[in-house]
Amino acid sequence: MLNTRTLMIVLAVAALAVAPAFIYPMLIVKLLCFAIFASAFNLMLGYTGLLSFGHAMFFGSAGYALGVTMKHLGWPPELGILAGVAVAALIGFLAGSVAIRRQGIYFAMITLAISQLIYFVAMQMEWTGRDDGFHGIPRGTLFGIIDLQDDMALYGLVAACFLLALFAIHRIVTSPFGQVLTAIRENEPRAISLGYDVDRYKVLAFTLSGALSGLAGALKALALSYESLNDLHWALSGEVVMMCILGGLGTLGGPVAGAFFVILLQNFLADKVGEWLSVIIGVVFLTCILAFRKGFVGEIGDWIEKMRARKGESAAKQEGNR
Amino acid sequence: MNKVYGRMFALMASTVLTMPALADEDQVKIALMTDLAGATADYGGQGAIEAVKMAIEDFGGTLNGKPIHADFIDHQNKPDIAVTKAREAFDSGTDMVINLSNSAAALGVMEIAQSKDKVVVVTGAGSDRITGDACSPNAVHFAFNSYSLANSPVKALAANGVNNWYLIVSDFAYGLSVEAAVTGAIESSGGTLSGSVKHPAFMASDFSSYALQAISSGAQAIGLSNSSSDTTNSIRALKEFGLGGDQQMVAFTLLINEIHGLGLDQASGLLFADGFYWDRTEQTREWSKRFYERVGKMPNMVNAGDYSGTLHYLRAVEAAGTTDAKTVLAKMREMPINDMFAENGKIREDGMMVHDMYLVQVKTPEESQYDWDYLKVLETIPAEEAFLPLDQSKCSLVNKG
Repeated sequence: MLNTRTLMIVLAVAALAVAPAFIYPMLIVKLLCFAIFASAFNLMLGYTGLLSFGHAMFFGSAGYALGVTMKHLGWPPELGILAGVAVAALIGFLAGSVAIRRQGIYFAMITLAISQLIYFVAMQMEWTGRDDGFHGIPRGTLFGIIDLQDDMALYGLVAACFLLALFAIHRIVTSPFGQVLTAIRENEPRAISLGYDVDRYKVLAFTLSGALSGLAGALKALALSYESLNDLHWALSGEVVMMCILGGLGTLGGPVAGAFFVILLQNFLADKVGEWLSVIIGVVFLTCILAFRKGFVGEIGDWIEKMRARKGESAAKQEGNR
Repeated sequence: MNKVYGRMFALMASTVLTMPALADEDQVKIALMTDLAGATADYGGQGAIEAVKMAIEDFGGTLNGKPIHADFIDHQNKPDIAVTKAREAFDSGTDMVINLSNSAAALGVMEIAQSKDKVVVVTGAGSDRITGDACSPNAVHFAFNSYSLANSPVKALAANGVNNWYLIVSDFAYGLSVEAAVTGAIESSGGTLSGSVKHPAFMASDFSSYALQAISSGAQAIGLSNSSSDTTNSIRALKEFGLGGDQQMVAFTLLINEIHGLGLDQASGLLFADGFYWDRTEQTREWSKRFYERVGKMPNMVNAGDYSGTLHYLRAVEAAGTTDAKTVLAKMREMPINDMFAENGKIREDGMMVHDMYLVQVKTPEESQYDWDYLKVLETIPAEEAFLPLDQSKCSLVNKG
């Protein structure tokens, strides 16, 4: 088991190191940002069982926070990213505190309402550039030594953040805290009866997920030197749900695979099929929900488990025959 | 187990592999970037593709002994996709990007072009910021902007004694920029704005309440500070609620395709400013008929701008003998533009290509004799009046000595 995990980590790092030689680095940067975003969302839906329909609010707000601090206040990128994460975490805490008072569809609607609220505020404010977007964010110099104007340096930063974010999520879900989150997902009344303050755990999960989504949004704004109003739009909140479900809820690699799949599809098919893209993604999504509900990674994981169990069985049989 | 992961990785790698083409120094590479299929495809789409292809063919197809390379990129009307793909295109050797419908996309790509020293020709977006506070030495704004579309109808109507206005404004950056331009024009021509109503951009399908407010305001002219489907929906609603008689309907951003879609019954009498009308001169007719044979519809001002802009860029590259952005841009500014789109068009220091604009009115069904016979050219607005005077410009490149 340990071998498999080490192998996965080595593979992931190797893939990240080699990838820019084959694929346009800025495309991978975008893929990684959305992978972080989907993974952060997975923390909520996959591990805690809370369906938020407003996650774009963290992604977009962090981008604007990074933009304002770096462009107008002249902060370096590391502080800009931290500002983005902090703003997203704060919004996560506030929105979470309000939303967890209701459950199910009402919870989803409250998150949607709050994110729409933020969207329209951003749309009306002069300083955000409205739907023209927030332009001219400098990439700056990381820690005063690394010039991020170089695409490869930026790629390195995003790749490092990606690995850190995945590691953080892994630690969160395997910690006792993560076990409580799973307990809440599986059976909330039971978790309450066991004496856990469920609301506090939920708000914390919301805040953590918001902060990580903010990391993704801040990195994307930094990479593009531009923050788009679309990053706050409800359509993005929907897209991230789809990425998670396609890839596999409650798995570490699922949201990453889902994000890669959706973004690559958008990137490569758009020039060829135009408006049909939404139809194609819709059909893929439907097929996925109907045929393999655990998502790509979930199903592959199951299949590997099965293979392993069969091997174990046959090995046991051979033992018995001897 | 290792085998399984190895195979998975190989599969992933092989599906994802796409090497960007290596840049060839001598070859001229241009990219059309626009909305190829979405809601604003009239500003780009198939028409833009054919316009660029026609320009390359008419130029002769080759430059420096090598075929001219053109890419057609869909930004799906999303500025962040535009920004990512423009960066990729420039990094893989593209010298010039044209069209850029959607002002946010245009502004984003202009910044990248400036940092990578490439050329941008904006034809599909109208924001005044492109040659205003966001102007760039690497960008040229070719076909139209909100000032040129807003200013002329207001002044022309004022000359006929129509100076009491009501505006229907879409509440997003472009609509507000048009509103600002219109308000300025109304003030400077001594008119009054009796009121205005804002509607959410591209989300309202029911314009009846806005139309009723506009009609009941009693204003002599009702101006539509919106674009695309918002404009056509406003027109339908205004007609439905009995606009007519002494109230004049004015659109501030309208393409001939939208009139084709509305039909003359709905659109007749509508007044607007246009940068190009196919049936204006012998030269425009000749070019437009060639365009019609390829696309199946008559060209609008953006299509014409795409053709003219591409051709002008290629001529400038030829004259400069290099694709170096600074040299080519200097040539583009130096050479006058004379083709079916512009007579003695000139690119100013703020990047605006100034050319004559036309005040046009949509014909009634009775006046229309043949297919696409939609417009009457009422007035030619000379270039120096159609665009913002340089001494009022907010562009930092303008030397106000």
